[in-house]
Amino acid sequence: MSQDLGPEETLSARFKLEFDYTRSVGPVVGRFLMGLLQRRIEGIRMSDGRVLVPPTEYDPLTSESLDEFVEVGDAGEVVSWSWVQVPREKHPLDRPFAWALIRLDGADVPMLHAVDAGSESRMRSGGRVKVRWRAERVGHIRDIECFEPEDAS
Amino acid sequence: MREVAVVSFAQSAARREPARNEVEILMPVVTQAVEASGIPRHEIGFTCSGSCDYLAGQAFSFVSAVDALGAWPPIVESHVEMDAAWALYEAWAKIQCGMADSALVFGFGKSSPGEIRDVLTLQLDPYYLAPLWPDTVSLAAIQARVLLESGKASERDLAEVAARSRRDAAANPGAHQRDPSGVDELLARDYLVSPLRVHDCAPISDGAAAVVLAAGDLARKVCDRPAWIRGIDHRIEPHALGLRDLATSPSTRLAAEKAGLGSVPPEVAELHAPFTSQELILREALSLDAGVRVNPSGGALGANVVMAAGLVRIGEAARSIREGEASRALAHATSGPCLQQNLVCLLEAD
Repeated sequence: MSQDLGPEETLSARFKLEFDYTRSVGPVVGRFLMGLLQRRIEGIRMSDGRVLVPPTEYDPLTSESLDEFVEVGDAGEVVSWSWVQVPREKHPLDRPFAWALIRLDGADVPMLHAVDAGSESRMRSGGRVKVRWRAERVGHIRDIECFEPEDAS
Repeated sequence: MREVAVVSFAQSAARREPARNEVEILMPVVTQAVEASGIPRHEIGFTCSGSCDYLAGQAFSFVSAVDALGAWPPIVESHVEMDAAWALYEAWAKIQCGMADSALVFGFGKSSPGEIRDVLTLQLDPYYLAPLWPDTVSLAAIQARVLLESGKASERDLAEVAARSRRDAAANPGAHQRDPSGVDELLARDYLVSPLRVHDCAPISDGAAAVVLAAGDLARKVCDRPAWIRGIDHRIEPHALGLRDLATSPSTRLAAEKAGLGSVPPEVAELHAPFTSQELILREALSLDAGVRVNPSGGALGANVVMAAGLVRIGEAARSIREGEASRALAHATSGPCLQQNLVCLLEAD
């Protein structure tokens, strides 16, 4: 027997979209992520001599294979940034924060991460920031919890 | 090279569409473009679409779009997981190869049911960037700051782009971001993600667009004033944002050069810039001076149907030629974070 269902009686089922597989990250990304586990940040030297952080297996400009790792510092300079007054649910911080391109000491190419600066007035291009390491690290980009202004502590 | 022209263009009235699904939005648009082309539907040699499974939240969601086509007897059909401007590029190549004399190209998407700022994060590097969830507005804001601090533009310049786009969008039935506010009014509003305000960002739009291409004599037969594609080219910059000078767009410059822009400026340029700052970057990369009418449609700031907004730029540029407003027009489409990928299409009248 069929019967009409009102809108409040519409049948529904839970649906979770997921791609349930694992990937190997390979010799370069893998080494970078394992370095984070030990609070070490490694970049890689590009064909033109510049140090790229985070490293890639291939030169982004010439596609040549890269293999010369270079350890860089865990502090650096803000190249550009944006200020998130209202963080989104998935953002790495749940209070107002900055996204920044950060050129780490010893690196040439800036990397993207979040900066827990407290207020927008503490952010500026050229300002110094340093890594805040996550206490329990697993070999993941978020082992870097965020950066913070170097004068914070 | 074969001569290939845009002979018709149709789009839905972009807006948030809670009631209609993609097929329902698409079907009248496809029908309108095909009828306006003057080519019987069953004689169109190739069909190509652009859409994104992540918007629908479902694998192979584009297959359902075939329902909007009338695909019996069977048709030759393809799809790109990109803005439909790239579907047009594939169709153009198909015609160049002699495998078809005409093509239907369409793009569609509904951004409003999900969180488009988060969804677009999934196009980023899956190890270094995506796990941080840097949303599109946050990344565009970093780029905007590079532009502002380079001294090439001010926040007022950005607001002027917004005000002009909203004014133009008000006259375009395909657009929906309509707002008569002046620049000072816009600048008085809060930041969304500093240094960008809401007016610097494209609206959230659902919709569809379609174009019909035809080669040589067929185009001349069905269209009084075909918009000939004189050149089309696509260039890509590195994925890592830190490797790029975000205040410039060398890939756009190169694509325009390869498409044959040369030193003769177009009369109209339709630029796919979902952020005000990106329009200024594109204008500079294309050396467009004040004499070029930029985005008379209101651009992506007037309506931003993700996966169709680039094709709409080509459709609008072609319309300006077909209706006699221009004899040379440039259309641009972008993809990826902060203008990573750019396509330039140069259109001319006979």
